[in-house]
Amino acid sequence: MAKITGDIVIDIEKCKGCEVCNTACPQEVIGMSKEVNSKGYNYAIKVNGNCVGCANCAVVCPDGVITVYRAKV
Amino acid sequence: MTETFDKPEIRTPENLVYSKTKVLTDNVLSYCPGCGHGTAHRLVAEVIDEMGIQNDTIGVAPVGCSVLAYNFFDIDMQQAAHGRAPALATAIKRLYPGKFVFTYQGDGDLAAIGTAETIHACNRGENIVIIFINNGIYGMTGGQMAPTTLPGMPTSTSPYGRDTHIMGNPLKMTEIVATLPGTYMVTRQAVHTPAAVRKAKKAIRMAFENQKLDKGVSFVEIVSNCNSGWKLSPVKANEWMVNNMFPFYQLGDIKMNGELVK
Repeated sequence: MAKITGDIVIDIEKCKGCEVCNTACPQEVIGMSKEVNSKGYNYAIKVNGNCVGCANCAVVCPDGVITVYRAKV
Repeated sequence: MTETFDKPEIRTPENLVYSKTKVLTDNVLSYCPGCGHGTAHRLVAEVIDEMGIQNDTIGVAPVGCSVLAYNFFDIDMQQAAHGRAPALATAIKRLYPGKFVFTYQGDGDLAAIGTAETIHACNRGENIVIIFINNGIYGMTGGQMAPTTLPGMPTSTSPYGRDTHIMGNPLKMTEIVATLPGTYMVTRQAVHTPAAVRKAKKAIRMAFENQKLDKGVSFVEIVSNCNSGWKLSPVKANEWMVNNMFPFYQLGDIKMNGELVK
């Protein structure tokens, strides 16, 4: 059976650290960084490799900073 | 070195599922973290992109948090005087009947100072789209009480909560305009979860499609959060919105195809 894998790219300079993506992710891929970006926000980061490319995070992101890829492997 | 969990091998154009639409500019949105305005902007931009009407759309920006909307949409925009966006949109649509015209207004703009313009534009049945962002507060000026503020809701000008005996009752603009004969579609949506965002996008798409029919106003209310004004974190503000705003401002279609939904 084909397995689906995904990947997200987060524009950390535009991320405002609102954590809305964090609660929307069904795979708990997204966490918040300890570092801050140039605006002083703790930006979103990936904390595991379980992403399936469902794009829920990108759909709710108010600032549109997430790009989503999905592929069958 | 920390692990990054990147999968560069699948980052190819044919695997791309979602990226920010080109109808939004690359400017950083001036909204607070977690504000529903950003999502609502993106939905409007995605609908314009999908319909291929970027060169035929004229937007009207209001006064309020979204006053700088013309910096974020890569389309023709005008900025109206406070509350007068439906009047300006009326003029634009009458001068350019072939263009898609929409207004993007908050509750302080549409439901307070712009009540007359909104109701009359809806009653005349102007062929425009009105996007109404309702967060129950004047966000930009510091969280003062708005006409849409819920009973008992604390704001900076009603610190002990809105007392309806002194301060009056909240105004449900969406229900009011639904009773007018000039509106063709009236709906209330939200943008706090992925499912709600997808539903709201369908409603906005339908509103823009309705402009081709020349049947009247399509009015889309989006119940949104104002985490700065409500003094909550974005996630907590969304929870507060679900528990308090939605029972009063119930989501769903109120008028479709010119008929009230029972």
